[in-house]
Amino acid sequence: MFDDSKTKTVLQVEDLKMHFPLIKGLMRRRVGTVKAVDGVSMTVQQGETVALVGESGCGKSTLGRTILRAYEPTAGHIHYNPRGSDNVVDLAGLNNNEMQKYRPDLRMIFQDPFTSLNPRLPVVDIISEPLRANKIAEGVEAKDRVADIMRKVGLRPEYMERYPHAFSGGERQRIVIARALVTNPHIVVADEAVSALDVSVRAQTLNLLQDLQDELDLTYLFVSHDLSVVEHIADRIAVMYVGRLVEFARAEDLFRRPLHPYTEALFSAIPIPHPKLRGKQHRVQLPGDVADPANPPSGCPFHPRCAYARDICKKEVPELAETGSGRTVSCHRADELALKGVL
Amino acid sequence: MTKTPVLEIRDLQTHFGAREGLIKAVDGVSMTVNRGETLAVVGESGCGKSITAWSVMNLVPKPGKIVGGSINLYDRNGGSVDIAALDPKSAEMRAIRGARVAMIFQEPMTSLSPVHTIGNQIVEMIRLHQPVTKKEAEAQAVRMLDRVGIPKPTERMAAYPFQMSGGMRQRVVIAMALSCNADLLIADEPTTALDVTTQANILELMKELQAEHHTSMILITHDLGVVAEVADEVAVMYLGRAVEQTDVFTLFDHAQHPYSRALLGSIPELGKTRGQRLTAIRGMIPHPLNRPLGCTFNTRCPMAIKGACDAVEPDLIQTGPHHHTRCLAYQNGYTHHFDKKPEGAMRPSETIGGRAHV
Ligand SMILES: Nc1ncnc2c1ncn2[C@@H]1O[C@H](COP(=O)(O)OP(=O)(O)OP(=O)(O)O)[C@@H](O)[C@H]1O
Ligand SMILES: Nc1ncnc2c1ncn2[C@@H]1O[C@H](COP(=O)(O)OP(=O)(O)OP(=O)(O)O)[C@@H](O)[C@H]1O
Ligand code: SF4
Ligand SMILES: [Mg+2]
Ligand SMILES: [Mg+2]
Repeated sequence: MFDDSKTKTVLQVEDLKMHFPLIKGLMRRRVGTVKAVDGVSMTVQQGETVALVGESGCGKSTLGRTILRAYEPTAGHIHYNPRGSDNVVDLAGLNNNEMQKYRPDLRMIFQDPFTSLNPRLPVVDIISEPLRANKIAEGVEAKDRVADIMRKVGLRPEYMERYPHAFSGGERQRIVIARALVTNPHIVVADEAVSALDVSVRAQTLNLLQDLQDELDLTYLFVSHDLSVVEHIADRIAVMYVGRLVEFARAEDLFRRPLHPYTEALFSAIPIPHPKLRGKQHRVQLPGDVADPANPPSGCPFHPRCAYARDICKKEVPELAETGSGRTVSCHRADELALKGVL
Repeated sequence: MTKTPVLEIRDLQTHFGAREGLIKAVDGVSMTVNRGETLAVVGESGCGKSITAWSVMNLVPKPGKIVGGSINLYDRNGGSVDIAALDPKSAEMRAIRGARVAMIFQEPMTSLSPVHTIGNQIVEMIRLHQPVTKKEAEAQAVRMLDRVGIPKPTERMAAYPFQMSGGMRQRVVIAMALSCNADLLIADEPTTALDVTTQANILELMKELQAEHHTSMILITHDLGVVAEVADEVAVMYLGRAVEQTDVFTLFDHAQHPYSRALLGSIPELGKTRGQRLTAIRGMIPHPLNRPLGCTFNTRCPMAIKGACDAVEPDLIQTGPHHHTRCLAYQNGYTHHFDKKPEGAMRPSETIGGRAHV
């Protein structure tokens, strides 16, 4: 388990922004900007698991992809400390050529196992692709590594000549995991990596991800909608709302006592796994519109849907500020509210 | 109210002639969907849930083929048609698809074209099934996007799928399927890509529309929390077969098949597993080309009896008025091998109240 006394900072993200143009019509006119990630700062320690949670469309995948430099960030810094080195590089400032060196270190398990697998390649080529692209291994050696990682993720190496369509959703997800881990990476962004799996295979896969973390000293950025999975695997949790962090805390503290009203609403919607309790759950309703990242509300972006909002919330943007207990939260009323957790 | 079936699948077999041999992805599935109800289908990854659904749409991907069994779809007058016997390309089948049976695919990009805006795609879908003008269809599309919680739906009509997040694409697909107003909706993992608040809203919306139109639904999901919340009936699948079907209350409290019980026992609970290893069902899913003899679950079953479970293939036995189970412990002539009948979920039900929920 992660111990923060003896680790080093592997990632320090500073005021990171990723904006996309919003284009309309045949004339491809730019009609606005989608602020998918809009000023995120966070530090990640080596060997820990930081989970990113939040509403669909709040920018979790974009944040993960921007950190791995799948995109050219609009602004901000991504300070990265490579394994076995004391140097820190700002990935945000590197061009594609300079980035090449770090690609095998920084890997992504994609959210959509269907679109991220090339249907025309057999599985062996899909999983070994990053080995060839980064000149790490080829031929028999690459094949051995593929067989090895397939076994580790619970796939039969005999199937490596099959094409992706011959696998079920859950099996394809494991192919995606195998491809991410085959380069022996340092930081892995796992985007809904276990969502397509049934509870039993998911348990195996989570155990595997944790074993590999210990064995290979991996750092995970773990995006998931399944809060019981997040609670199980995360050391710390970052809660996002329209492109920003609203709360960042140790997993247990967050579940025990959220400090941000959005986090409280999120937790209250976790389904209870027994039909007798159907309808008995008190769900915090989120009235009003889902926030639009092209036009986020003034002040606190959560204020139009927040049951605790006051006048100040409409006017002033709350800072992401440290509270006494080493937690950070961005809410004007964090000190006075006593919100309900789920543990 | 008496239950009338809208869909009866009997002994369905859908096989794939793969290079390594014949893969029996679905090999004797029987399940029933009642009118106006939701049947949840659960089971291990790769057990054949999606292929069963594709079979009902008569859209089994090549080299797969329905090779046996029947899929009877009933209309409101009691007439029925066997989908399994129809040519997938026939006019009759095309008339059923979309209008009477619609599907939300597990893979959102199956239903979405990457080169058209989502607005055009929904409008086209609506006009295919309803006699409305383009303007009316557009208005309806915007309303539907709004109901599934897409912010600024009017503006978003012009977006391409790649410009949307995973969960937004999924909601577009849900909006499209719901605008068909079909009799039977098959939803394959519809809310897996969604956060719990959006999921709760979508499930509520689906329930509303179900009540409005008296739609029936097959809901495929890994999330037993979702099953608990919306299902009327549950079918549990293992290795190409349904091993148990009953109502949701009976399943959660009195599951019979050892696989169902193991599945219910592995629901993760908040606050219980930190720092521990999660428990998975022991053993590996058998190779589909190398199905175990006898009961397909015997290699992993804690109750398996040597000489019986690894030799005799159990039938789907009616064990109660609304309960079917495929396990020798319930089959005449074999029950005496089992000193104790498996009763109730493996997890004591007291532990369910571990969370505040009032
Ligand atoms: N085109 C194909 N060729 C060969 N085998 C296939 C093909 N498509 C699916 N299969 C096999 O059929 C079995 C059932 O697949 P299916 O997609 O129905 O599983 P599932 O229950 O939906 O799983 P999941 O929960 O992971 O989505 C799997 O073992 C899969 O490998
Ligand atoms: N390439 C792109 N072009 C334009 N807009 C984009 C692009 N990629 C993402 N967006 C927008 O950015 C916002 C954040 O998307 P992102 O995929 O990061 O969300 P997410 O939090 O991962 O959501 P989900 O939980 O649904 O996967 C969304 O409004 C989305 O439409
Ligand atoms: S700052 Fe105000 S509006 Fe925002 S979460 Fe806190 S109380 Fe609610
Ligand atoms: Mg995402
Ligand atoms: Mg499936």
